[in-house]
Amino acid sequence: MTEHLYKYILGIADNSLILGQRLGELCGHGPNLETDIACTNISLDLLGQVRSYFQYAAKITGDGRDEDDIAMMRKEREYLNVLLVEQPNTDFAYVMARQFLFDIHHFLFLQELQKSKDLTLSAIANKCIKEVSYHQRFSSDWIKRLGDGTEVSHDKVQTAFNDLWPYTDELFHQNEADKAMIMEGVGVDTAIFKDTYYQRLKHILDEATLDIPETKYFQKGGKEGIHSEHMGYILNDLQYMQRTYPDMEW
Amino acid sequence: MKKNWPLWEVFVRSKNGLEHRHFGSLHAADAEMALENARDVYTRRNEGVSIWVVESKHITASNPENNGELFEPAQDKVYRHPTFYDVPDDVKHM
Repeated sequence: MTEHLYKYILGIADNSLILGQRLGELCGHGPNLETDIACTNISLDLLGQVRSYFQYAAKITGDGRDEDDIAMMRKEREYLNVLLVEQPNTDFAYVMARQFLFDIHHFLFLQELQKSKDLTLSAIANKCIKEVSYHQRFSSDWIKRLGDGTEVSHDKVQTAFNDLWPYTDELFHQNEADKAMIMEGVGVDTAIFKDTYYQRLKHILDEATLDIPETKYFQKGGKEGIHSEHMGYILNDLQYMQRTYPDMEW
Repeated sequence: MKKNWPLWEVFVRSKNGLEHRHFGSLHAADAEMALENARDVYTRRNEGVSIWVVESKHITASNPENNGELFEPAQDKVYRHPTFYDVPDDVKHM
């Protein structure tokens, strides 16, 4: 039970940790000052949320590790985030498309997690959902602007969606820990909002005059710890300080 | 960016009952984006409960060159300030 709960929490938190790291890479590199600050804010929101999850994970394992150890000191195969959040910041269209595909899911997920029998998880979800509500508004607005903007912005964001769409299905995959936690009434059965998820995507993409990509094959692996080639580089940045100065404090 | 987004002025009410105060300016493509940007740039440390944005071009400003005729005549007319009344001690917050 504890092992499953631990992995279930990691599955939620790692998505936000890795996406937060990806957005953090943009700090000082946003297309303009205002958007740069907005992306960094979202990154900080996500990392703040991650702290609550990892503090809880540290408490239930009770093996002496703290939130930082859990966030920073794992090997690649022990991170359970979906492949979507690892995808690179190819250009601003990719950044916003990735954010949008994640945010819509994140919001629906937290709505359900608020009903969890686990009171800590439901309290965290309750706290996070206000921030995530803003994230989805921000990224949805950008998708509409880019899609319905100029010919160039339309093509760029359409390309981004075509490339990222195969990563959406994995958001609904259930690993062993997910299944066990759903049985306990702790975890969220994501299947119940899968239709709603794709309907919401379609709604915004229609408004943005974008086409829903036709994808037959979907990518998967992250939720089992099998990541894309990008993951090693992300962890290299993320874990740099801990690897170079183990147990450093500041 | 070849063409910059227009400039917007941001006004924030820091708590209910107080007036909106000018906080600064930012760039945005339209009013909706200006509000979102203002939220991220100016209110993320709990500074406000309400935001107004107005495109800077809609503000008509006085010309500093005209400061002489606009403002200087008022400088020697201190009697226009209501400071020559004796306020009873019981009246507070004047």
